[in-house]
Amino acid sequence: MAFTLYSLIQAAILCVNAVAVLHEERFLSKIGWGADHGIGGFGDEPGIKSQLVNLIRSVRTVMRVPLIAVNSVTIVLLLLFG
Amino acid sequence: MDHSFATPSGFRQRKLPPRMRMRGSAADMTDPNQLFEDTSTNTGSPGMGYRASETQSADFTAQSLLSDPMSNLAMVYGSSLATQGKDMVDKRLYQFIPISKLKYYFAVDTMYVGKKLGLLVFPYMHENWEVRYQQDTPVAPRFDINAPDLYIPAMAFLTYILVAGLALGTQNRFSPEILGMQASSALIWLIIEVGVTLLSLYIMTVNTDLTTIDLIAFSGYKYVGMIIGVLSGLIFGRICYYLMLLWCCIAIVVFMVRSLRLKILSEAAAEGKLIQGAKNQLRMYLTITIAAVQPIVMYLLTYHLVR
Repeated sequence: MAFTLYSLIQAAILCVNAVAVLHEERFLSKIGWGADHGIGGFGDEPGIKSQLVNLIRSVRTVMRVPLIAVNSVTIVLLLLFG
Repeated sequence: MDHSFATPSGFRQRKLPPRMRMRGSAADMTDPNQLFEDTSTNTGSPGMGYRASETQSADFTAQSLLSDPMSNLAMVYGSSLATQGKDMVDKRLYQFIPISKLKYYFAVDTMYVGKKLGLLVFPYMHENWEVRYQQDTPVAPRFDINAPDLYIPAMAFLTYILVAGLALGTQNRFSPEILGMQASSALIWLIIEVGVTLLSLYIMTVNTDLTTIDLIAFSGYKYVGMIIGVLSGLIFGRICYYLMLLWCCIAIVVFMVRSLRLKILSEAAAEGKLIQGAKNQLRMYLTITIAAVQPIVMYLLTYHLVR
């Protein structure tokens, strides 16, 4: 299992990209993971599903712009260095 | 000494009398060093250090710098700039890596290290796994054997890399790049493990006081078992490697479960009473999963070393 730092960065970028392309209306609402479904009760225990829904929504909101930059840099580097 | 104002010694090569030139160069060589050293040992704050350096340089000016107020000024200004730069770097660094918190994890002594190593290999007799607190902050590892530290994981990691190099050397597969590869592999497994643990702790909304550094420390304890396994495999053969690895795997599973149980589970559940609740069950599963991942990673990182 030879890992390099570069493979970790690659895996992280791919995972964050995968979370970022989950569309709110077209996909998440259809399977009941939309933002309106998630925020159910304001009780003590948020529950796993609402935590996941919040996590996905916050990752999409926060990482949208940095991902553009990181993806562009990665594409250019891969084109140049293979 | 009129021309000394116009030509500060050391800045321009003028035909100064040899005596003054020697003094000037000696002042340039020794005084900056002494200025920096004195500001660090005399006082802690930069403002005071500035003044202290001035007084210190005033002591030395009797010899050489009285005749060169320009170079004196320049050196004092330079040392104040240096302390300012150091403070800025410290502040920026402190934003990313809390250095004072790190110091807590390295406050160990020999007895603690010895007892902790024994506990990692044989945790079955230990009774009290709670970390003692002292007014809301955990006690330093020097005083409490249950507190996690970073000294053992760091040293064990470095020793693991060296032992891996040794093991690969006995198989004639050694090259200096392999050391770097082993180091980055082990480090990345650590990062993945800590990342997944943090993610699952967040998703399950577990309110613990386990910090990231605590998790790094707990994940780093398995390097000790790996080293023991690989070394015994090198000395005594493959059977011994499997036996020692099995022993260390079981020991580290018990160690992790007992240490993390107190931190992740709620109070009553940690004392042994079975609390029927989905939340506590999930937390128990989480603890067991964290502990079960350790032997897997231990095997993955060492099986290619003992052939």
